[in-house]
Amino acid sequence: MTDLATNPAAAREIDRSQMQVSDEVAIEISGMNKWYGSFHVLRDIDLTVYRGERIVICGPSGSGKSTLIRCINRLEEHQAGRIVVDGTELSSDLKNIDKIRSEVGMCFQHFNLFPHLTILENCTLAPIWVRKTPKREAEEVAMHFLEKVKIPEQAHKYPGQLSGGQQQRVAIARSLCMKPRIMLFDEPTSALDPEMIKEVLDTMIELAEEGMTMLCVTHEMGFARQVANRVIFMDQGQIVEQNEPEEFFKNPKSDRTKLFLSQILGH
Amino acid sequence: MSDTHSQTVSYVRETMLPQAEPPVSNRGAILWLRENLFSGWFNIVLTLVSLYVIYWALAHTLPWVVSGIWNAGSLSECREIRDATLGEGASAACWAVLVDRWQQLMFGFYPSELYWRPVLALVIFLAAIAPVLFAQVPRGALWFTAVSPFVMFWLLWGGSAWFPVAVALGFVLGWAAWRALAPMAGTLVAAIVSAALPIVYWFYTAGPLARELEQVVGIGIEYVPSQDFGGFMLSFIIGIAAIILSLPLGILLALGRQSDLFIINKVSVGFIEIIRGVPLIVWLFTASLLLNYFLPPGTNFDLMLRVIIMVTLFAAAYIAEVVRGGLAALPKGQYEGADSLGLSYWQSMRLIILPQALKISIPGIVNTFIGLFKDTTLVVFIGLFDPIGLSNAIRATTEWNGIYWELFVFIGLLFFICCFSMSRYSLYLEKKLQRGHK
Repeated sequence: MTDLATNPAAAREIDRSQMQVSDEVAIEISGMNKWYGSFHVLRDIDLTVYRGERIVICGPSGSGKSTLIRCINRLEEHQAGRIVVDGTELSSDLKNIDKIRSEVGMCFQHFNLFPHLTILENCTLAPIWVRKTPKREAEEVAMHFLEKVKIPEQAHKYPGQLSGGQQQRVAIARSLCMKPRIMLFDEPTSALDPEMIKEVLDTMIELAEEGMTMLCVTHEMGFARQVANRVIFMDQGQIVEQNEPEEFFKNPKSDRTKLFLSQILGH
Repeated sequence: MSDTHSQTVSYVRETMLPQAEPPVSNRGAILWLRENLFSGWFNIVLTLVSLYVIYWALAHTLPWVVSGIWNAGSLSECREIRDATLGEGASAACWAVLVDRWQQLMFGFYPSELYWRPVLALVIFLAAIAPVLFAQVPRGALWFTAVSPFVMFWLLWGGSAWFPVAVALGFVLGWAAWRALAPMAGTLVAAIVSAALPIVYWFYTAGPLARELEQVVGIGIEYVPSQDFGGFMLSFIIGIAAIILSLPLGILLALGRQSDLFIINKVSVGFIEIIRGVPLIVWLFTASLLLNYFLPPGTNFDLMLRVIIMVTLFAAAYIAEVVRGGLAALPKGQYEGADSLGLSYWQSMRLIILPQALKISIPGIVNTFIGLFKDTTLVVFIGLFDPIGLSNAIRATTEWNGIYWELFVFIGLLFFICCFSMSRYSLYLEKKLQRGHK
């Protein structure tokens, strides 16, 4: 990972023509707090994400970065404050939650593909059952996205027969089949062998080039430098610093950020 | 010095090695024998002792089985034939009892001119279960499966054909209520109404309706009361009905036990713990004696039906715990993956969670089913004539007084065939559902 970070020239040229941040608000989080029992994991989070933004969230483990993006699609419940996604406020109303979840795609560290279904079935399941898309049409869409992540030939295999990198690309395709307006990535490359990280990052870069709104929890600083328009550093459940990637890496303001960057980039 | 050192450290492989066969001494049948039976002096001794024990056991049982007498009218006649042909006191089974009484062991006191009805019901059952057990059978056959319980019920008990039709209408009623209400009134209301409506209908309308229809157009075959059922037919009816009914109930209880909804959770836990904590025989006595006190006076609730309900509830509690184990074994990521795609609770359970959890639970579920099937012999204690009860009845006659082994061997063998088939099917299913390597 440091390879890309220290030597950005090694990566391919990014096409920035579609990467435009609009004034439209995609996600608005204000005064959000969350506790696990009595442990205060997220403290007074305020964050506004505009459509088309590519945000990388980093920070030491236990800083609450994963919890933050998992709150956006209600995999975790927040106890105070507001989260508004695409104009819909997250409340305990199940209808709202299912609506938001079907419009916000998510990729996990451990892929979470369904091992008893083929790759194609993994991709068509939600469109068929949630969006009520006809099976034939859902399969065409699925094949389109599987081609996009460059594994159409694996469509009839089971997840257990694929490599980690391939599985993660399937997971991305599976989310894309729901035509989400926002994508969340929760450490998508942390469980992968070094050889496979690049293929997943390339897929994510392509997605960014098409103007997808993305929130990524990742330690891939090269990816942050190349693709992100904003880097957020979290520690102890709070947003400590956020800035454009150039400035963030060159002139970190807080001591916590400096220490963190020196630890992950220094070796 | 430095030269030799650099030579030992620096190394480049020119060609990759192809895969090679294992050496000859590591292959073949002789090697297997040597490795598994005669690998050392201690194992050689163990092998020889085991062989002797097997020989000894067979030497004592085989002659008894093979030289058994098949044609005789009573146990004393059997002994006379034996003494005449094999010599005084020779070891020989008297299989004649099976020839004489096999119909009774199979059908109990079911009228003999109507034996074709349970046999036809069994054939229908086998045809109906095929599309459920084997994916090769066309899916359209599932319609036949849905209708078959009512046909089988009618064949076994007889009476008016309108009665099972009236009962089946209750299910149609529930389904129609669900389809009508679910889109406009929400799932919860629809679920409650579509469960309550058929129950009310069954209690108050189904019986009179069937009688009315019977008077208009009578379609009936001879009625056979439950008291006449017996033998393996009884074991099969109780066992199969309980197996089929307890699986869905057990799954619902397992989901209930995992539920965040306080009341559903506590009711499920209470049900499972209470049913599981009391011996089945106590529940059977409850079914046969106590249940009548709780039912409204005048209701005549068939004893066999009560037993089926009790055995179903008992097995469901066990199934629930087995399925809970399967649910707990799934990684949390599967729940999150399903949630993140926007699947509703029931969709994610049906499409993602249960297919995997049930696959993990197959050995435990089949284990419970096998236990349940054998436990049907306990109904002898509440006066139903299962095969064991019939063996007592057969022994009570003057002809066969004193015959034990032959009947028990036969009963045991039939149970073994059924249980062994279930166990084989579970292995087949596990293998079929294997999905790549994890």
